[in-house]
Amino acid sequence: MQRLVVIGAGTAGTMVVNKLRPVLGDWHITIVDPATEHHYQPGYLFVPFGTYQPNEVVKKTTEFIPEGVEFRNVAVERVESAANTVHLADGSTLEYDQLVVATGTHPAPEETPGLDGPAMGKTVHHFYSLEAATALADALGGFTGGKLVVNLIDLPIKCPVAPLEFTFLAESFFHERGIRDDVEITYVTPLEGAFTKPVASRTLGGLLQSKGIEVEPDFYLERVDGDEGKLWSYDEREVDFDLLVTVPLNFGAGFLADSDLPIDELRHIKVDHGNFLVDGTENVFAVGDAANLPTSKAGSVAHFAIDVFTENFVEHISGRPMHEAFDGHANCYIESGHGKALLIDFNYDTQPLPGKFPLPGVGPFSLLEETEMNHVGKMMFKWMYWNILLRGKDLPVSSAMTLAGKVTEGA
Amino acid sequence: MPTTTIAGREIHVDDDGFMTEYDEWNEDLAKELAAAIGIGDLTDGHWKAINFLREDYKEQGETATLRRVTASGGIPTKELFQLFPKKPARKMSYVAGLPKPVGCV
Repeated sequence: MQRLVVIGAGTAGTMVVNKLRPVLGDWHITIVDPATEHHYQPGYLFVPFGTYQPNEVVKKTTEFIPEGVEFRNVAVERVESAANTVHLADGSTLEYDQLVVATGTHPAPEETPGLDGPAMGKTVHHFYSLEAATALADALGGFTGGKLVVNLIDLPIKCPVAPLEFTFLAESFFHERGIRDDVEITYVTPLEGAFTKPVASRTLGGLLQSKGIEVEPDFYLERVDGDEGKLWSYDEREVDFDLLVTVPLNFGAGFLADSDLPIDELRHIKVDHGNFLVDGTENVFAVGDAANLPTSKAGSVAHFAIDVFTENFVEHISGRPMHEAFDGHANCYIESGHGKALLIDFNYDTQPLPGKFPLPGVGPFSLLEETEMNHVGKMMFKWMYWNILLRGKDLPVSSAMTLAGKVTEGA
Repeated sequence: MPTTTIAGREIHVDDDGFMTEYDEWNEDLAKELAAAIGIGDLTDGHWKAINFLREDYKEQGETATLRRVTASGGIPTKELFQLFPKKPARKMSYVAGLPKPVGCV
């Protein structure tokens, strides 16, 4: 009997076992994860504002593991791909014929001087874990005015639009509480502008400006002093804050440092950008945020990617060449506050453009434009995540990006 | 692809002026490119960064990020900001005749 081992029961790993179980006949499938809870990570963004309560974004991991897949609730110590073996923290091993690594990317505040000190959770916050987002809810609840700084340390991070969304939602939150005029909001970023891609960056930069949010661009953070309330860049610029909401550096899983798979400086696994085969291997794939793909690290990307992966994987284990090539398709709602959101849709080669996004039965949604409809789309996504996406069912969106509806002039 | 003439030679560049042909670059061009962005003298420190970027690009097929130049090239980030003020990642790759670093998605 052939053996598939999937490491990681997050968004990507869970989708992989749900897609592959029905098509892998008598294969033995094992999924390994030390967590017993599955978090709806896009929901972290809403916890600081009380829109979601912490318990709304948590379900049991096993609820989404299909019949016929063995769940091993244990951490991985290392992968020894040379011996087709996964070493587990309880001292046992798992041998595989095919391995899928879906261990995501994770905030590592301890990598930045000043972010692991006693100010963390008091004047210094992030929202990339449920615990941190919950602590931030308390801090925002007690915030009566002063300088709020939202800071992005470096890319890549998962959900790269979330720092902007947080900024917009905070602006809206202070407005609703009647203290907007007492809060100075600054967005501090290592990028040249609001976002990475030129057309979207102009639109989002314009939105920040229209909401009275200052942008401090080209700011490459060196250290933070939470007691003094200061950020310093490598070129000695400083920014003052009363409340800092930062996005820590994101690193791939710790065990990858002790494994024999090729990784980059941030422990993301080097893969073929079209079919996710790990460089230098024939039977190891890395999917979702764990891979070093040059597109957004996000659940929507993992979803499109896993459609492509599933078809390729079946070809691959039959000894045939992998036909499908992933195009880097990403599709992200961007909350902009006051009950509105934008939608961006892009891939490796095409940047986010304005226009309409056709979605049978529900759409069209407006691209790169603030609408209430887009906000509805964003809020619907939680239901879709638990009920459709994770379970490996099809969304009415093609895995390859389409230019239909997009306005390409002047891009 | 647009072209431009620097130091009497026609070179291929992208819309932002970054060179697109690895082999069109040479050290004389680097000096001209540096001067064009306000870096008068290329010191040993500059060359260490430029040479790392060139070699790394040849092996990896993409322009190294700032983090990689520090982690793998062994040049402290602080020093890179002194050598290539304000926007070291862009400026280094511009002078080294390489595409703008991507990674920003």
